[in-house]
Amino acid sequence: MVDKLTGEQPLVEVQDLKKYFQVGRGKVLHAVDGVSFSIPKGTTLGLVGESGCGKTTVGRTLVGLYKPDGGRIVFDGQDITGVKGKEKRALSRRMQMVYQDPYASLNPFFTVGEIITEGLEIHGIGESKKERMEIAYDLLHKVGLHREHANRFPHEFSGGQRQRVGLARSLAVNPSFIVCDEAISALDVSVQAQIVNMLVDFQQSMGLTYLFIAHDLSMVRYISDRTAVMYLGQLVEMGDIHEIYEHPAHPYTQGLLHAVPVADPDYEKARAGERVMRGEVASPINPAPGCRFCNRCPRATDACRGETPALRNVGGTHMVACHNL
Amino acid sequence: MSHLLEVKDLKVSFDTYAGEVKAVRGVSFHLDGGETLAIVGESGCGKSVTVQTVMRLNPEPPARIVGGSVLYRGEELTAKSDKEMRAYRGKEFSMIFQDAMTSLNPVVRVGRQMVEAIRVHEKVPAEAARQRAIEMLGKVGLPNPEAVFRRYPHTMSGGQRQRVMIAMALCCHPSILLADEPTTALDVTTQAQILELMQDIQKETGCGIILITHNLGVVARMAERVAVMYAGRIVESGRLSDVFYRPKHPYTWGLLGSMPDMQERAGSRLTAIPGSPPDLFAPPKGCGFAARCPYCMELCLENDPPAFPVGEGHDARCWLLHPAAAACRPVPPAGRDPELVTADMAPRIRGYLEAEGGETDGR
Repeated sequence: MVDKLTGEQPLVEVQDLKKYFQVGRGKVLHAVDGVSFSIPKGTTLGLVGESGCGKTTVGRTLVGLYKPDGGRIVFDGQDITGVKGKEKRALSRRMQMVYQDPYASLNPFFTVGEIITEGLEIHGIGESKKERMEIAYDLLHKVGLHREHANRFPHEFSGGQRQRVGLARSLAVNPSFIVCDEAISALDVSVQAQIVNMLVDFQQSMGLTYLFIAHDLSMVRYISDRTAVMYLGQLVEMGDIHEIYEHPAHPYTQGLLHAVPVADPDYEKARAGERVMRGEVASPINPAPGCRFCNRCPRATDACRGETPALRNVGGTHMVACHNL
Repeated sequence: MSHLLEVKDLKVSFDTYAGEVKAVRGVSFHLDGGETLAIVGESGCGKSVTVQTVMRLNPEPPARIVGGSVLYRGEELTAKSDKEMRAYRGKEFSMIFQDAMTSLNPVVRVGRQMVEAIRVHEKVPAEAARQRAIEMLGKVGLPNPEAVFRRYPHTMSGGQRQRVMIAMALCCHPSILLADEPTTALDVTTQAQILELMQDIQKETGCGIILITHNLGVVARMAERVAVMYAGRIVESGRLSDVFYRPKHPYTWGLLGSMPDMQERAGSRLTAIPGSPPDLFAPPKGCGFAARCPYCMELCLENDPPAFPVGEGHDARCWLLHPAAAACRPVPPAGRDPELVTADMAPRIRGYLEAEGGETDGR
């Protein structure tokens, strides 16, 4: 299916995706509640929002770690919603994930070489162990590590190096789509820049498509082509990266961008005294009908409390879900 | 005039089984009432150890103050016993930690923890302490402070817990607030709220704030002065605008360059600093940054640079600032990973070096 807005063939397309969690006593946590987006081949979609908004759940559902409760996921023209067994395994070769915590996502009992070759072995890539190790050496080199590192264990590395190993592992099976779930959040600024530069390089040289999940809005702007802003399980705004950052239309996006401190003293001085967005995120358990942002929204009206606004096009590729525009 | 807090050439080591870790290797700074000093640097650069030593929070041993002094209102703190220090902690200076969940006692109600802190320092009746605690909880913007007083930390959100910790820190009206990554674990919107709260409190009480962070945006929003730390040393310090617009140390250049710019289109690559910080078990003989520095000279590998004054209240530790620096021959630093030396320094940063007298404004 061709993307209605960009006219490009999307690699990943998500329609009305839903994922609910039962949290006991009949309560239902609406982690993802009707999310639709598409990612054209070779581009990056940045997914941003506060913690608990469901952005990680979207990523995990996409790569098949969770079974969706509703909606459709189309990957490279094929409906992959709820695939099982062999098909799912074949798919995992084409979709990979890089996790937030480089400490927790690498098996501490495996050497780096074993971590990287495990996927190759599962997917039957490479004739022999020796050949697979050669591929691993090559990958280590690509992510800026050395051949010797293959025999070491994860605990011998720094956070940045571990994230490189995580990246090498996901690249090993030669995927076309990578979900980066807060892949740089746990790292120091200078190391973040190293990893982000590397992600950009790999995208250009291998034609990768990324879903870049983050709460750091400045890094998202740097790496993404398009961005989607999520609030309590729903998308509130989506569009071209510059459009969103320069002309945010949804009050939540505006508040979010306003809250980001900018490393420019004069700019910060100029906006000192402006009040920041009040309140905290409401609970995603059995949410009330209506716009989910209305308890924090300065523009909220009765209409917002009654009816959930749908995403609608406000020009170009810019989509906003708000009653008061 | 003497400063409210003055730290001079402070050196702190930790004795471990693997040897001595020289975490802080000669740090000097000062703080006056009503101002905010930001200490920035990467993990492991010694910024937390520095402020923890001011409050003497590190157990000794393994921590050991090797040298230097910490003067608070002219009084030497490094020589005080643990018992004497108790009169200062929480009363004269308070600390706000990064992780409120692990800093609050999980099995004691918020109110009792606050009352305890008040009554340790002041002989006040329980009811008066309770009133003050509730007043403080209201002041930090928690709705319905009486109810919060009776709650346990785990029933609150991260932002609420951070507010409780700030309320607790303010109970005894400290003159210095030490904030160690107070907003790192929070979402941007909550972060903005907490930073605003800290600014309001400073306006009202006139306390001095030392803010530890690695987020340069937070620094730009909050601080009047900045100290950039690297490998246990302050490599550059000065007024906010001097350090951000006229930085003199290559590490500061790298740090500023590795932040994506929200203002302009990020078309070029980020200026990643290649490599990682040195091992403080065996700190390098010369400049701590030499191994990662694109401008490293032979001299830098052998000799540690002193702090060169480069402006009013602005100095930096880099041999490039030596009058004779131009005569030095640049060499590629030993042991540098050739794969990682691909970082192209952004032109605006190179401009700082080429300009004479450093008059260029980076923006």
